[in-house]
Amino acid sequence: MKDRFNLYRLASPATFYPFAGTMIPYFAAVSAVFGMAGLYLGMLVAPTDFQQGEGYRIIFIHVPASWMSMFIYLVMAFWAAIGLAFNTRLSGMMAQALAPTGALMAFLSLWTGALWGKPMWGAWWVWDARLTSELILLFLYIGYMALTAAIDDARRADKAGGLLLLVGVINVPIIYFSVKWWNTLHQGSSINMAKSSMATTMLWGMLLMAMCFWMYSIAVALMRVRTIMLERERHTDWVKARLAGDEK
Amino acid sequence: MLKIVMAVITRDLKLAMRRQADIVSALFFFIIVVSLFPLGVGPEPDLLRKLAPGVLWVAALLATMLSLPRLFADDHRDGTLEQLALAPYPLGLVVTGKVIAHWLVSGLPLALIAPVLGIQFDLSADALLVLTLAILLGTPALSGIGAIGAALTLGLRGGGVLLSLLVLPLYIPVLIFGAGAVDATVTGLGGEGHLSLLAALTFASIGFAPWASAAALKIALE
Repeated sequence: MKDRFNLYRLASPATFYPFAGTMIPYFAAVSAVFGMAGLYLGMLVAPTDFQQGEGYRIIFIHVPASWMSMFIYLVMAFWAAIGLAFNTRLSGMMAQALAPTGALMAFLSLWTGALWGKPMWGAWWVWDARLTSELILLFLYIGYMALTAAIDDARRADKAGGLLLLVGVINVPIIYFSVKWWNTLHQGSSINMAKSSMATTMLWGMLLMAMCFWMYSIAVALMRVRTIMLERERHTDWVKARLAGDEK
Repeated sequence: MLKIVMAVITRDLKLAMRRQADIVSALFFFIIVVSLFPLGVGPEPDLLRKLAPGVLWVAALLATMLSLPRLFADDHRDGTLEQLALAPYPLGLVVTGKVIAHWLVSGLPLALIAPVLGIQFDLSADALLVLTLAILLGTPALSGIGAIGAALTLGLRGGGVLLSLLVLPLYIPVLIFGAGAVDATVTGLGGEGHLSLLAALTFASIGFAPWASAAALKIALE
């Protein structure tokens, strides 16, 4: 059994389930360490912005959440492509496990953006190109989750969701540029989002927080994929043995 | 290759002509939605002229959504779709034919009625011409992208609502360039750039979307 470590064996739920179980505490711990370091740098060390005062510090949540919301969509599309090409069971489960976290990140990004926008621009919401495309990204996540939830057959849900993800990922750049162009043509909000040169501590704080969010997403996605596995493979021997035995 | 596309188009058109009420009801939905807006926002011509492109385009998106669920559902129910999938032709070509037929019965009537509705919104002759052209150029993309959604939601409960959830975000570029073309004409910038981009979107989606829909149909038929 334990002759040689083989990456492909992890593609089987029966071996991936305990592997994910052992990895979750590590990712969670790393996320906590990065989070504490990032918050320390961001909240206590980083200098107060001379234009925006203390309010800018929400950037340490806002920017990592936005990055993760986009990155997770790409990761989901990657798993979808693998799943459709090689017909692997685990890929669809991974994509489904990532979706709620991605939607959460997109929502967090919009929410913190609104909280940041109110004191800085005097408006909760402006139809800026970035805000609009983030909103559309949230719609894409919701659409994916609604589609997979509506299909009872798990294999069909994986495949249909995967196809939707691939269509979506091709469309994301088109949507982004059309929204950007629409925004510059309308000249609705003359707000310059470009930031001036950022202090090094701020950048480090943001990167640390991004790492924290990244590791958090992995830990949560692994937890979710474990429950998805148990649910889908409930008729198999390894799940029965595992549930009859210990919890771990 | 062209023969199978033509065969599917003539078949779908014949079926649609036997049930003209479907076409007419989608068309009247479009007319009613557009006519509701002046009642909602007030009859000032300046305001209406500004709203017209967006209102007409959003109504066109919704009217297209209305007819999309039927694109594959009837054929799926009576087993025709499985026969088509088993036919010795690529399923993508069959879907291309169905998409073109869908546009002929849903997009084309919208483009023909749009100038009349534009007059209600006090648009100039130039703007009316561009509006018609934009809807003519943009609606094939709506049928193409919509076909993917229709194939993905085939036979699911709550399919209609789900379909709009999936497809409407993907329609945003068409909406932006379609309404933008009319807007640019009204403000005197000229809408050629927008129309070119609309045509590009249409050609891209007519070319690629049927194959994605065919893949989705195969998943649904498994």
